[in-house]
Amino acid sequence: MQAIDYLWLIPALPLAGAAVNGVLAYRQAPKPAVTAVALGAPLASLLVAAACIWQYLAGGLYPRAVEQVSYAWTPGTVDGLHINVAFLLDPLAVVMLFIVTFVGFLIHVYSVGYMGHDEGYARYFAYLNLFMAAMLTLVLGNNYLVMFFGWEGVGLCSYLLIGFYYDQEFPPYAGKKAFIVNRIGDCAFLIGMFALVARFGTLDFMPIFHRLATEPRLGMASYAGGLSFAAFVGLCFFIGAIGKSAQIPLYVWLPDAMAGPTPVSALIHAATMVTAGVYMAVRSNVIYQLTPGVSLFVAIIGTATALLAATIGMAQNDIKKVLAYSTVSQLGYMFMAVGVGAYHAALFHVLTHAFFKALLFLGSGSVIHAMGGEQDMQKMGGLKKHLPVTYRTFVVGSLALAGIPVFAGFFSKDEILAAAAASGMPLHWLFWGVGWITAGLTAFYMFRAVYLTFDGTFRGTHEQEHHLHESPPVMTVPLIILAVGAVVAGWIEIPLLHGTQWFHRFLESVVATLPAIGAIQGGAPTGTRELGTPTEAILIVLSVGLALAGILLARSIYGGAGGAERGLAFEERYPALHRLLANKWYVDELYDAIVVRPLHGLSWVFYRVVDVLLVDGSIRAGAAVTRATGDLGSLTTTGNVRNYALYFFLGVLVLFWWIAR
Amino acid sequence: MSGIHLVNESMSVPVSWYLMLSVALFAIGTAGALTRRNGISIFLSIEVMLNAANLALVAYSRQLDQRTGQILVFFVLAVAAAEAAVGLALFIAVYRQRRTIDINRINLMRH
Amino acid sequence: MEMAVFAVFALLALGSSLVVVAHKSPIYSTLSLVLTLFSVAVLFVLLGAPFIATLQLLIYAGAILVLFLFVIMLLNVGREEGIPGGHRAQLVTAILGALAFAAALWLLLIPTLGTGSHAPLTEELVSLSGLAQELFAEYLLPFEIVGLLLLVAVIGATVVARRPTPDELAGGGGGSGFPGEPGSVNALDDAGAADSTAASWAADADRAGGGARPASFPGGTGAGAGPGVAARTAAPGARP
Repeated sequence: MQAIDYLWLIPALPLAGAAVNGVLAYRQAPKPAVTAVALGAPLASLLVAAACIWQYLAGGLYPRAVEQVSYAWTPGTVDGLHINVAFLLDPLAVVMLFIVTFVGFLIHVYSVGYMGHDEGYARYFAYLNLFMAAMLTLVLGNNYLVMFFGWEGVGLCSYLLIGFYYDQEFPPYAGKKAFIVNRIGDCAFLIGMFALVARFGTLDFMPIFHRLATEPRLGMASYAGGLSFAAFVGLCFFIGAIGKSAQIPLYVWLPDAMAGPTPVSALIHAATMVTAGVYMAVRSNVIYQLTPGVSLFVAIIGTATALLAATIGMAQNDIKKVLAYSTVSQLGYMFMAVGVGAYHAALFHVLTHAFFKALLFLGSGSVIHAMGGEQDMQKMGGLKKHLPVTYRTFVVGSLALAGIPVFAGFFSKDEILAAAAASGMPLHWLFWGVGWITAGLTAFYMFRAVYLTFDGTFRGTHEQEHHLHESPPVMTVPLIILAVGAVVAGWIEIPLLHGTQWFHRFLESVVATLPAIGAIQGGAPTGTRELGTPTEAILIVLSVGLALAGILLARSIYGGAGGAERGLAFEERYPALHRLLANKWYVDELYDAIVVRPLHGLSWVFYRVVDVLLVDGSIRAGAAVTRATGDLGSLTTTGNVRNYALYFFLGVLVLFWWIAR
Repeated sequence: MSGIHLVNESMSVPVSWYLMLSVALFAIGTAGALTRRNGISIFLSIEVMLNAANLALVAYSRQLDQRTGQILVFFVLAVAAAEAAVGLALFIAVYRQRRTIDINRINLMRH
Repeated sequence: MEMAVFAVFALLALGSSLVVVAHKSPIYSTLSLVLTLFSVAVLFVLLGAPFIATLQLLIYAGAILVLFLFVIMLLNVGREEGIPGGHRAQLVTAILGALAFAAALWLLLIPTLGTGSHAPLTEELVSLSGLAQELFAEYLLPFEIVGLLLLVAVIGATVVARRPTPDELAGGGGGSGFPGEPGSVNALDDAGAADSTAASWAADADRAGGGARPASFPGGTGAGAGPGVAARTAAPGARP
């Protein structure tokens, strides 16, 4: 009996937990029971995952991929299409599995404290477990359809959890917005899958990637719309990722998703769901390597998103919104990495980002919890006295995000920037440059948030001040654990010391090296060049320097006593710019005007004209005709018996004529 | 019409004359049924019509040399009896309700 | 001889049926109908169907018409006022229609004038046993069904014409149910109540669901339906 045989249990356990909690929610079971199930399922899943990973690594299965088929979904009965419910464990899956189960479990524990007083406690955990099940399905699937199943599942749970407080007006709207915007991406994802099925007759990763890697011409032949096959599929999948991972132009749902409970924001909208797009891209690296054009597009979108989101984050007053835009920005970094072909760097950043972003969100949750629900940083201040653990872990997370050495974010972010600089892609220095500036902005806005929240004097109400207290251990312990991770997680790959590229080597079997694409294409090769050590060192100094400058700038404006007032004065110095950033570059308003209003108009037309006038009208016309005929006919019902006798007689005459003719 | 010569020899009456008489009676009955206002009178007219039909049936029975017609008359008689009974019962019921059997006034079913 | 008989009774039938149809008083119409039936019975005999003729007299004239008479007396149906039939236009139309119908049929019959069975009537053709034979052999099923029909008619007539029970009055009164206060068994003839053209009831008649009812209504089930049913079952010898 091998642990690997129970791979399927990993997503199945949280699914069962969700079902049980659903029933318990309905029956209003006591909290301890719910908690036991809610924590038990992800813990069990984590343990099984750990056992599987252990066996995979220590049992000599690495670096091969292990597949386990659970169920033959379409056993070839339709067009010879074989799609199985099957799971795959390979280095990439190991990394994602670790992130999802570990961070996921910690957040479950945290939620016990955070959601402890909520009426929908059981419902919350049912949804959260369901999310875990879906996310695990996503990362463990061995074919695109199972992945898509998880993809949709996490989208559903995202909707359910964003709209968790359904009795308020905004959360359901935000949930709807998330789901609908995601749908746009999903549509493209489906088209990509269709193309794969049409060309390969299967959706399984291994066969597809193997064929594409050994016969690159398959992928580079022209397919549709002037695009090669790989470009077409890659683009379709990437559009799906744009939706799911909140890139331009489909990122607008993520900031509004902050309407959900904070642990949800931590788990779904920081650590796991939004990184599904990155996972998908890394998984499909063969496809992206075959299409430099689409890869360039990915890099451009990622870079632009990183910059845009960072600018918006600078002007937000809601602490969760700052973190939301920060997430969007960091996701942009990940796609920048994907675009320049540094897939391992992207995944590395996913790993470190999961730790420090979850930490930051949970920390903000702790703050909000202490503030009795207040999320506006302008009303906070001086909390470091009252929330020491939260404060310290939050600072650790911020340092990690800002990319300060020793902390995890530095290593991964630097990896990305180095890869951008080293890449053979056109515009690569532009990518580095924008990434560099964005890093500075990131440090600035993050520490602005830190100082506004924890430094200076308290600006809230008296009741809030009395209510301030550090969170219970059930919430602070996960914070501490994540803080440790936010420091240590980066140490698996230290730049400049090339002997320590463990992570990169770990993923070697996943990222294919395709032979001489450049030669086939006749164009510039897209493989990474090696930067010389001096160059790399200079770049590191530059990025760290700018980050430190950002922190110091933030400190000078927002730090210490009177920081908030100084901050407001600073913001008032550039009113137009500040308004632009605070209003998110009016993108939502733009979408409203370009998309939503015309759609409403179209709907109005369809409603008033087509439905009411034509459809209803024709039916009503039919009814009117029937009624008119009836009215006409009812003229014969005079009630006068003699008339009836006359009709009789006439009928007899007709009958008579008929018979006698 | 064929000529009538009053002779002492007994001449059969052509069956067709009976038929014509039947038609005439039927027409009279119809006119009455359509015309009268009194419900009972209408009923009586209908009885006239039935009688005319009976006559035609018997005439045909004679002409075709079969007894089917007579048997049919038998049944018609039974049905007429049943119909009369029920119809008059209805009249009684209506009268209780409306105090009249003027069919012009029994017009609840007008729309 | 046959011709003479035919002529006399044919004319008698026509004449009396005209009276039936045209007379204002229902009593006279009914009595006229008796005459019509009698004439037609004679014609039946001429056609070689004596049994049918007997049946006609017994059942039709003896039972059904007596029933009619009873009902007429029960409801105290008076003379019709005005032109029988109301509007002159309607009258004319109906008569013309009937005439047209008759003419059409006659036109069809004219080609067949003069034909007809000339076989002399034999004892056997006319016999009752022959008729009975055919009736009970070939037409047994219809015979039985007609029996059933009569049963249904009896039940139906009884139900329709009876006095409603107090329950029915409580439940369904005021709607289209059978009205009437129980208890009163006064004579049928209320002053003017049964006059079919009585203006005093004009108001009621137009109101759906009945309006004011006279203090006594014309008889209960016993008086109303009784004669009808009794007349039906006691075939000959009906009471006037």
